[in-house]
Amino acid sequence: MINETAIWLILALPVGAFAIIGLLRPVIGPQSKWTGWVTIAAIGASFALSVAALASVMTEGVQHFPQRDWISAGSFTLSFGLLLDPLTAIMLVVVSGVSLLVQFYSQAYMHGDRGYTRYYAYMSLFTASMLGLVCARNLVQLFVFWELVGISSYLLIGFWMDRPSAAAAAKKAFIMTRFADFGFLLGILYLYSQNPAWLDIPALYDAVAGGAIAATVATWISLGFFMGAAGKSAQFPLHSWLPDAMEGPTPVSALIHSATMVTAGVFLVARFFPLFEASNAMMTVALIGGFTAVFAASMGLVANDIKRVLAYSTVSQLGYMMLALGVGGYVPALFHLFTHAWFKAGLFLASGSVNHATGTFNMRYMGGLKRYMPWTYAGMVIGGLSLAGLFPLSGFWSKDEILAHTLEPGSVTGYAVLGLGLLAAFLTAFYMFRAIYMTFHGTYRGGAEAEAADLKNDGQPIPPGMGHTHLAESPWIMVAPVTILAVMAIGAGFFSNPPANLGINGKHGFGRFLTHNDAVFHSPEAAEHAGAKPHFNWPIALGSTGLALAGIALASAMYLRVSISPQTLGRLFPHAHRVLYRKYYFDELYEDLIVRKGFHRLFAGAFSWADGNWLDNVNVQISAWTGRIGRGLAIVQNGQAQTYVFAMILGAVTAIAAFLIWF
Amino acid sequence: MTAHDWWIIAPELAAAGLAALLVIADLALRNKRILAELAVIGLAAPLFFSLNLWFGWYGDTTDPSALFGAITADRFALFFHFLLIGVSAAVILASTKYLERMPGLRGEFLALMLFSMSGMMMLVSAKELVAIYVSLELTALPVAALAAFHRGARSVEAGLKFLVLSAIASALLLYGMVYIYGFTGSTNLEIILQRLNEIPSQPDQPFGSYGVLLGVVLIVAGFAFKMAVVPWQMWVPDVYEGSPTPLAAFLSVASKAAAFAVIIRVLYAAFGSEPLTQDWSGLIAALAAVTMTVGNLLALSQKNIKRLLGYSTVSQAGYMLAGVAAVSANSGSAGFIAGPQGVLYYLMGYAFTNLAVFLSVIAITHRTGNELISGLNGMGRRSPVVAMLLTVGLLSLLGVPPTVGFMSKAFVFSAAVNSGLIWLAVIGVVNTAVSAYYYLRIVRAMYFEEPSSDEPIRADLRALAATGTAAAGVAVFGIGPWFLLKLAEESLTIL
Repeated sequence: MINETAIWLILALPVGAFAIIGLLRPVIGPQSKWTGWVTIAAIGASFALSVAALASVMTEGVQHFPQRDWISAGSFTLSFGLLLDPLTAIMLVVVSGVSLLVQFYSQAYMHGDRGYTRYYAYMSLFTASMLGLVCARNLVQLFVFWELVGISSYLLIGFWMDRPSAAAAAKKAFIMTRFADFGFLLGILYLYSQNPAWLDIPALYDAVAGGAIAATVATWISLGFFMGAAGKSAQFPLHSWLPDAMEGPTPVSALIHSATMVTAGVFLVARFFPLFEASNAMMTVALIGGFTAVFAASMGLVANDIKRVLAYSTVSQLGYMMLALGVGGYVPALFHLFTHAWFKAGLFLASGSVNHATGTFNMRYMGGLKRYMPWTYAGMVIGGLSLAGLFPLSGFWSKDEILAHTLEPGSVTGYAVLGLGLLAAFLTAFYMFRAIYMTFHGTYRGGAEAEAADLKNDGQPIPPGMGHTHLAESPWIMVAPVTILAVMAIGAGFFSNPPANLGINGKHGFGRFLTHNDAVFHSPEAAEHAGAKPHFNWPIALGSTGLALAGIALASAMYLRVSISPQTLGRLFPHAHRVLYRKYYFDELYEDLIVRKGFHRLFAGAFSWADGNWLDNVNVQISAWTGRIGRGLAIVQNGQAQTYVFAMILGAVTAIAAFLIWF
Repeated sequence: MTAHDWWIIAPELAAAGLAALLVIADLALRNKRILAELAVIGLAAPLFFSLNLWFGWYGDTTDPSALFGAITADRFALFFHFLLIGVSAAVILASTKYLERMPGLRGEFLALMLFSMSGMMMLVSAKELVAIYVSLELTALPVAALAAFHRGARSVEAGLKFLVLSAIASALLLYGMVYIYGFTGSTNLEIILQRLNEIPSQPDQPFGSYGVLLGVVLIVAGFAFKMAVVPWQMWVPDVYEGSPTPLAAFLSVASKAAAFAVIIRVLYAAFGSEPLTQDWSGLIAALAAVTMTVGNLLALSQKNIKRLLGYSTVSQAGYMLAGVAAVSANSGSAGFIAGPQGVLYYLMGYAFTNLAVFLSVIAITHRTGNELISGLNGMGRRSPVVAMLLTVGLLSLLGVPPTVGFMSKAFVFSAAVNSGLIWLAVIGVVNTAVSAYYYLRIVRAMYFEEPSSDEPIRADLRALAATGTAAAGVAVFGIGPWFLLKLAEESLTIL
């Protein structure tokens, strides 16, 4: 039994690091060396405690901690507390573990940055918020951390705030996710209006189990929650902020926009899984997830910025997780979240390492880096193979489990999303290996300097933040986290799954652990239904592997041996290429239709008209009269004590008279 | 007097003794710089005796009543003891630099302030009308002397005005007390309640009888002077402007808290029976509405920061009164406590908030010597830490979440709604919106206006510590209100 204080410490330690760094910043200056170590120490301790929490849940099951009063006024009470179930335990370890590696990596990557101190303050704040999010017991408490996660993401995307593109990206991310949070909040309010006690998550589980929530109510609440989740996890049609979020520093992308924060949406759906199951919203979740998986992957096919390729890939993989949840695959979804966190963080850190050497993210100016950066190359290939889902890497097991689970419900939706999932598997393998070939194979194409020269020739401005080339392997403090994450990319699936998946024994460690939670899964059947036992499906495994190999083969034909010229292909299908390259025109659509026509012209226009013709006048009159009354009253305040005495006596007399008149 | 009596009045005696000790120390010590530190350390004595009464460590403290029922050391009184001691310590800490401008008078300043504080401690403990009156005078007289401390024309005017007007208010109060005594034959609050229940009330007369009407209204008027309730508030801006700023800080927090404590005690203990509560609740609600509105309207056009803060304390008194008025129709149920509970929370939060504001203003103005709002221009750059603390305080006064000011207003207004005073809550919310104009004007001056010079202003470390503690309280108790709420709830068990 782990101590409650220990769990509080998991989030209090990074909060402490944030407070210390933030408060001392005026004293220690913007580039203080030790802030990194303070953050690492705090998050390292959090990680150790998270592992202890996981061990405790593994041996003793769900841990129960008391509910505490937060605000209690009359009949209104709001409580807070800790929820430590298998889901929380896994998330704690993933978040603190990835965060710890990223903080190490940042030591070198952010070295010499003008905002070094600020960077670590924000990183600590983010980690604390995310840890708080996963162990919240009350829905309002969860929402507070949810928003804190949003704000720290905003701060980190716009970390280089002097770059207009970063500031715009931060704003875009914040506004889009806030828009989605509106749905989440409506869901919370609707739930609250049904029964205030249900804000407490264990109480909500009991209510769902007892059938106290009608299916229609559950559906509306679930759709509200899913809207928030879709925003945070960048699901179609709220996906367009995530690729832009790559304007933040690369370690931020690795931690926040691939491994942890964006999985908060998946976590949210998993947290309220019983509610979703009781509702009719599951099909929506599955279809949106499946569609997003293919949709985002298709945009990754033509992107030239290595981080954007990875960003599309993240959106696509999050779609996979949503798809799995939508077909009832609680375990496969979270298993994929678990494996994805490691290999995607590794891929991002490797791309940062590439950027460290070449000064750019544009893959058209890379190539041939294999020779200079063998460790980074190895990390990227292992991560890429895992992402593509090749045996026996971790991505293979988790992706396969998801695909196999789509057959579980035996519904049309299931078959539809299976098709989408297989298509996405092919596309994923293709774009990932396209990126690897463009970056590491062939001949070196000049890096940042060449890109700057080309931009100059085209008469375009050179974006800020473009570095310099120094072709060499990155320092060990950057390579080491990449290596550790590569090991995890191999092992994360391995240590729990293959024996079960291949039918050597019937036990599935990860699934058994996750479903060992009576509040969510009341019966062994329910647990099995959620994927607690393996469903190794040879046709699907072989088929998806075949598709992934086909994708890799196509990528190598086009970008390694150039037997099929990408340029020719682009010319053959000019429209398709343009649509993909312009991201299906979603940015334009949002910008033009929603922001300019809808918001600016219609909405703001109407208000502006009402404001100018009507409200303004009222306002002017109100403020003028307020001022006039104020000045009128001030005449009485003339500094004469006799006036004051008169007012005092008059006051008493008036009060008595008022009683006599109106009683 | 028995040993028991001594233990009960020990906090007040320790406070008065500390004040006397400071007068002697002022004469005896050559190094007068340490007087302020001495005073702050000395405050540990009344604090210790109050804590002793709360936890019952030493002595016979099971029965809180002493001196034939005139004085009590119940939780309600102790709650305010803690508040008063904390406020005094913070004000003294923050004004040490300020006091250096009056080198010869440091000892007197501290001693007078502590005498006034001991009066306030007595006031919140008093359970009997004569004791209340005497302690009220003890709080007022030192203040009149302190207000005149600068000896300039404005300062002397402030002192004299306070003396005269406070005497008039005392007269109103005394007049009201006499009516109540004449009507019930007792000055003890509990016995007054019993007698009022025994005497048959006239259903066609307010308060059951014209005599009680006169008594209650005049007593309320007398306390309203201290609470800065319209129309008995007119001394506030003049005295705040003319007197030393630390005194203004002390008055705006400690004096107001003590007055609210005594009015809650008198109204709920002596006039807390059913038909009466409805009558005075209406009176208090009307005063609340008028006070918050007039205070806000007058604050709008102020240019001097101390006058502006004076009007701000007036409007804040209006919000608090809304909580006092929130007597639920079904007394005895949970709702009966909710209003006063909100007020106690409000007062504690307001102490942190207003101290953060006033102490920041002291830290800046005693350097610049400019008490206009425009004198704060560009302070965000010249003195970033103090400007930040002041902003926190102002946001709390305005009632922006997650500050303690937001929670206070939420509790008080919801208590008002629960007891059927929806109109009052609406007026309160509208007033809050109006107050944004003048609170945020100060923030704008600090961050968006060009400073007259770029010379940084360094704040004294002791002042920063006191101000920072206050601002931290604003944030901490705003995010986690439960500690103060529990404390307030426990303190109200006596009502």
